Amino acid sequence: MSVQVWTYLIVGLTFALYIGIAIWSRVGSTRDYYVAGGGVHPVANGMATAADWMSAASFISMAGIIAFSGYDGSVYLMGWTGGYVLLALLLAPYLRKFGKFTVPDFIGDRYYSQTARLVAVVCALFVSFTYVAGQMRGVGIVFSRFLEVDISTGVVIGMAIVFFYAVLGGMKGITYTQVAQYCVLIFAYLVPAFFISILLTGHFIPQFGFGSTLNDGSGVFLLERLDGLSAQLGFGEYTAGKKSMLDIGAITLALMVGTAGLPHVIVRFFTVPKVRDARRSAGWALLFITLLYATAPAVAAFARLNMFETLNGPQMTGTPYAEAPTWVHNWEKTGLIKWEDKNGDGQMFYSGDERNEMTVDRDIMVLANPEIARLPAWVIALVAAGGLAAALSTAAGLLLVISSAVSHDLLKKVVMPHITEKQELLYARVAAALAIGVAGWLGINPPGFVAEVVAFAFGLAAASFFPAIVLGIFDKRTNTAGAVSGMVAGLAFTMGYILWFKGIFITPMAANVPENWLFGVSPEGIGAVGMALNFVIAIVVSRLTAPPPRHIAEMVEHIRVPRGAGAAAVH
Amino acid sequence: MTTPGNGNAAAYWRANLRLMAVLLGIWALVSFGLGIVLAPWLNQFQFFGFKLGFFFAQQGSLYVFVLLIFYYAWRMNRLERELDVHED
Repeated sequence: MSVQVWTYLIVGLTFALYIGIAIWSRVGSTRDYYVAGGGVHPVANGMATAADWMSAASFISMAGIIAFSGYDGSVYLMGWTGGYVLLALLLAPYLRKFGKFTVPDFIGDRYYSQTARLVAVVCALFVSFTYVAGQMRGVGIVFSRFLEVDISTGVVIGMAIVFFYAVLGGMKGITYTQVAQYCVLIFAYLVPAFFISILLTGHFIPQFGFGSTLNDGSGVFLLERLDGLSAQLGFGEYTAGKKSMLDIGAITLALMVGTAGLPHVIVRFFTVPKVRDARRSAGWALLFITLLYATAPAVAAFARLNMFETLNGPQMTGTPYAEAPTWVHNWEKTGLIKWEDKNGDGQMFYSGDERNEMTVDRDIMVLANPEIARLPAWVIALVAAGGLAAALSTAAGLLLVISSAVSHDLLKKVVMPHITEKQELLYARVAAALAIGVAGWLGINPPGFVAEVVAFAFGLAAASFFPAIVLGIFDKRTNTAGAVSGMVAGLAFTMGYILWFKGIFITPMAANVPENWLFGVSPEGIGAVGMALNFVIAIVVSRLTAPPPRHIAEMVEHIRVPRGAGAAAVH
Repeated sequence: MTTPGNGNAAAYWRANLRLMAVLLGIWALVSFGLGIVLAPWLNQFQFFGFKLGFFFAQQGSLYVFVLLIFYYAWRMNRLERELDVHED
């Protein structure tokens, strides 16, 4: 069977599975809709969190980014996993004990202020919409390459599937489809990695292959060869970084804290039955995530080596274009690989200096990898299904945050507090449907700055939510004035800094180069500084103004100790 | 809703903060320490086919993170039972 037939078959089967789960898990109450009734098993929640968290970017782009940046790519590996340690130790158990539905719920109640609640709603909406646009784009890319429909049709199909299970099943439908999607995506990621690892190194486990010698009888370590070729071709050593140490640290910290502050991740810990389940569940989530994240750098190194050898030939002198493997032509059609015969010798040559004749988009590495390694057609189809699972699961989690921010935090808590539960549920569904529409529109007409806004989302989550929640739990003295001024200052600083250099809605004010950066920190890492600023301002302003009322101090005492946690309460 | 005795709740909170400080110390050490600040120096040592600093940045720190969370979950469950502040 051809790749395309396999793809239709496997993608069709997985979609049928998601729809089946959606029908089985329809819900009738807001508690089911927002937090899946609070009865999700910690291991299932761990899987759902992993699928929720690992987006099209993790599945499709991350290994490619690492392949192209070597050691510097470590910021994503450490940043996107280290955040779970913060989440498990500093946030998840206490927010579960608090026992409500959303992050703005916590901010609004703990800081006894509608202003604080509204600031939180705006942040949650901005962060989630930013993210969801990227997911829909990922769906479109997979559809256009593997099913050869155009990107818009792909996005519409993806929207229809998500609409079905998110609107019908709410958090309950999303949770159980995410469990299924995790299984699909991890299987799809690991199978080609196993194959390629065996081909290159003779080791079945990619992580072992990553650290062992090559299969070609030379006895040279894979990374040693990669360092050598990389340096020879003008890219610099693979295992040495190009970014400054301070910037690497700042980006890693911003990604860690941003991860812990992302509302669609936090809200997953509202769905487990007990406080201790929230802690355990975070452990399972990170274990499931690490299965993919520890494999990604191995895949990256394999892909990089394969790419050098197929494009430049074994002698690193170039390969005749006429003999280029089919994957080169397949991806040329999508415009993601380009060859320009600068020296007119009819040979492709790829390097990091002026001899280079190839433009290769880093997003194609994972998707093209099975083709580069000449794996069977069903493996290629599986990767397509995995990419779709990763994109759809994250999109659904984000849509739920958007829908609950509108129906619960905005309508029920601020604008019309007297609506019944039934009406609130209806509004939640309408909001989810509208959000899917907007997300789809953004996927079909992507703003040119999708990649930039992801850094934006992390920076904002790091500079706004994380300090406000941590202080809300660990510092009884933090009051409304402190929290709100901290969040506003952190947000304004981070947003301002990113706009200054990236100019997302305006023309950049200054060139985005290290000489211009504050303390040498790039816009990607500035969330770490914004977070520190938020902490300092919140603590100082709180000390200078009146302490919070007595019932707030009691509430904090109550959150800190597990005993007495009920189910996530309707209130 | 039961409110735990003040003495136990306070002892529980102090023990929790101490444990967190230790675990977050390890968290920072493996990532920011071994994976970033000390990485160039550690890279002179070979660990299988990896340079050691590179290993911590792309493999080692991730595994340590997983262990940290499971250890914390296990230790806190025990602590809660000892001090009688656990749920149900």
